[in-house]
Amino acid sequence: MEKFTTLTGVAAPMPLVNIDTDMIIPKQFLKTIKRTGLGANLFDEMRFNTDGSEIEDFVLNKPAYREASILVAGDNFGCGSSREHAPWALADFGIRCVISTSFADIFFNNCFKNGILPIVLPQEDVDKLMDDAERGANAVMTVDLEAQTITGPDGGTITFDVEPFRKHCLLNGLDDIGLTLQKSASIDSFEAQYAQQAPWL
Amino acid sequence: MAKTLYDKIWDAHVVHEDTDGTSLLYIDRHLVHEVTSPQAFEGLRMAGRTVRAPEKTIAVPDHNVPTTLDRANAATMTEDSRIQVEALDKNAKEFGIHYYPVSDVRQGIVHIVGPEQGWTLPGMTVVCGDSHTATHGAFGALAHGIGTSEVEHVLATQTLIQKKSKNMKVEITGSLRPGVTAKDITMAVIGQTGTAGGTGYVIEYCGQAIEELSMEGRMTVCNMAIEGGARAGLIAPDEKTFAYCMGRPHAPKGAQWEAALAYWKTLKTDEGAHFDKVVTIAGEDIAPLVTWGTSPEDVLPITATVPSPEDFEGGKVEAARRSLAYMGLEPGQKLSDVTVDTVFIGSCTNGRIEDLRAAAAVLKGKKIKDGMRAMVVPGSGLVRAQAEEEGLADIFKEAGFEWRMAGCSMCLAMNPDQLKPEERCISTSNRNFEGRQGRGGRTHLASPAMAAAAAITGRLTDVRELN
Repeated sequence: MEKFTTLTGVAAPMPLVNIDTDMIIPKQFLKTIKRTGLGANLFDEMRFNTDGSEIEDFVLNKPAYREASILVAGDNFGCGSSREHAPWALADFGIRCVISTSFADIFFNNCFKNGILPIVLPQEDVDKLMDDAERGANAVMTVDLEAQTITGPDGGTITFDVEPFRKHCLLNGLDDIGLTLQKSASIDSFEAQYAQQAPWL
Repeated sequence: MAKTLYDKIWDAHVVHEDTDGTSLLYIDRHLVHEVTSPQAFEGLRMAGRTVRAPEKTIAVPDHNVPTTLDRANAATMTEDSRIQVEALDKNAKEFGIHYYPVSDVRQGIVHIVGPEQGWTLPGMTVVCGDSHTATHGAFGALAHGIGTSEVEHVLATQTLIQKKSKNMKVEITGSLRPGVTAKDITMAVIGQTGTAGGTGYVIEYCGQAIEELSMEGRMTVCNMAIEGGARAGLIAPDEKTFAYCMGRPHAPKGAQWEAALAYWKTLKTDEGAHFDKVVTIAGEDIAPLVTWGTSPEDVLPITATVPSPEDFEGGKVEAARRSLAYMGLEPGQKLSDVTVDTVFIGSCTNGRIEDLRAAAAVLKGKKIKDGMRAMVVPGSGLVRAQAEEEGLADIFKEAGFEWRMAGCSMCLAMNPDQLKPEERCISTSNRNFEGRQGRGGRTHLASPAMAAAAAITGRLTDVRELN
């Protein structure tokens, strides 16, 4: 997995609440057996007309936000399905950080497996960053995971929480499976004792 | 200390716990389908890893498969869909996991096949790369959706890295009134708590109205726990649960059954156990519901009128404005005046035998409105066979419904079963998101009985008026 240490980039505002995984990557793009190439269809139905032309007023189509690497989003971002295609599409487009007042559980988990940092902040902080993000190409923010800070375009700093284990994995780009396999002996002994307790399984 | 049902199942599956609470949780059943698994199997292959417990891993193609009667002919599938299904065929064989191919009568939606075959049992941990894994919580199993990286993690290690959620209790007191179903319960809860109301929680549903539900109804309730934002929904197992499980192909037998049963009977929340959040709804107060917007929280009784964006606060004002424009509805319009083009009965929410019985009871001896497109997609080949035996298929066909083969179908429209732009559908599925059933398609979620009623009248209809 790609490491996440610090990120400096343009933040795009998406104030809509309940942005769901069908919006992030519609189902017709789930028919892939790869993890890559989904950025071209990120937010497809909000971003493109049926003839493939761009919908001008969609935020990521505006010149200032075409290279955005941060999203500031409305509440309950990523609700809906478990499709990891959603964070794959975000990462492939170049979005490495999403900031909101809340995230859907599975989407939140999936982000951390793909080098994306989802940050939960109180409403007032999200409102402030949403205002900052409205500044177009000047909406440059810096996210520092080690220090757990977001620095806005005017130099103001907001701190955020992140679970220590997830932070450690992101900072070091660690593969969960590799970590868990180091605990194989614990899994073996659990399985042995469990087979005694619940032999019907 | 008094424990909740969730606490008990969690504690029984912790392999390892770090000081910050990050835990390694043992997984009893891993269900797999064709859309979210190819990258996981490929990951195993690239790393030279194997499936740790193939005997606990069950695969079935459901999302992509055509539901037309000619589907045995692979040419009915688009090429990309066929590649995904073939990848699952190949992966199941290569890694030696249980498999129900499209040609097998037991094939169907993964969340219907699991319980039907006795793979899902009380007290288990069940995961699948699909958010509606919550369905299996109806058995008192801790069941939730996972992403593809986690699918790969479970395949390789039979465990999942998790932090424990908080406990939430949703109690439905009293009994439901006639015409009101499990679907209305689960929609009523989301209408009250919102789609983020359960975020960070595992919900235990309880109360008289829940106890009075069949296993099929309980699966409907738990299925949509995810639409309320919860990691999982749970219902304590009881005699109905045990009766449902007994004799299923993969349920324990003989002495093993007796041992399992003794354990399962301990699976209930202790007196005085702590819940971090409690929601109580009177069963008598729940009316037949429909959604008006593009979020599952946009729920109203069928007797209500379309709301105005000004009825809401904060970010929901703009969301409601956008929803109304997308749905082509005007504030103040009576919901029962909204005409529909299409009826979809099926999905892991409402594709079980009881759902088909409820719809058929409304449709018996009646015809669907002229010009209506109406489709029944049974949740599995076995549900389909049973419905044929019970004469339900004939009722649907005589009413003018298409009688399809099993699969996810128009719930998420990954196969050709899709809505056209502005086509309006009453659907027994679980999500009314923009574009969910086809780009520009307009979805109203409701129960099977309500869907059947709308098929007859051609508009959203209070099923109680037809009876």
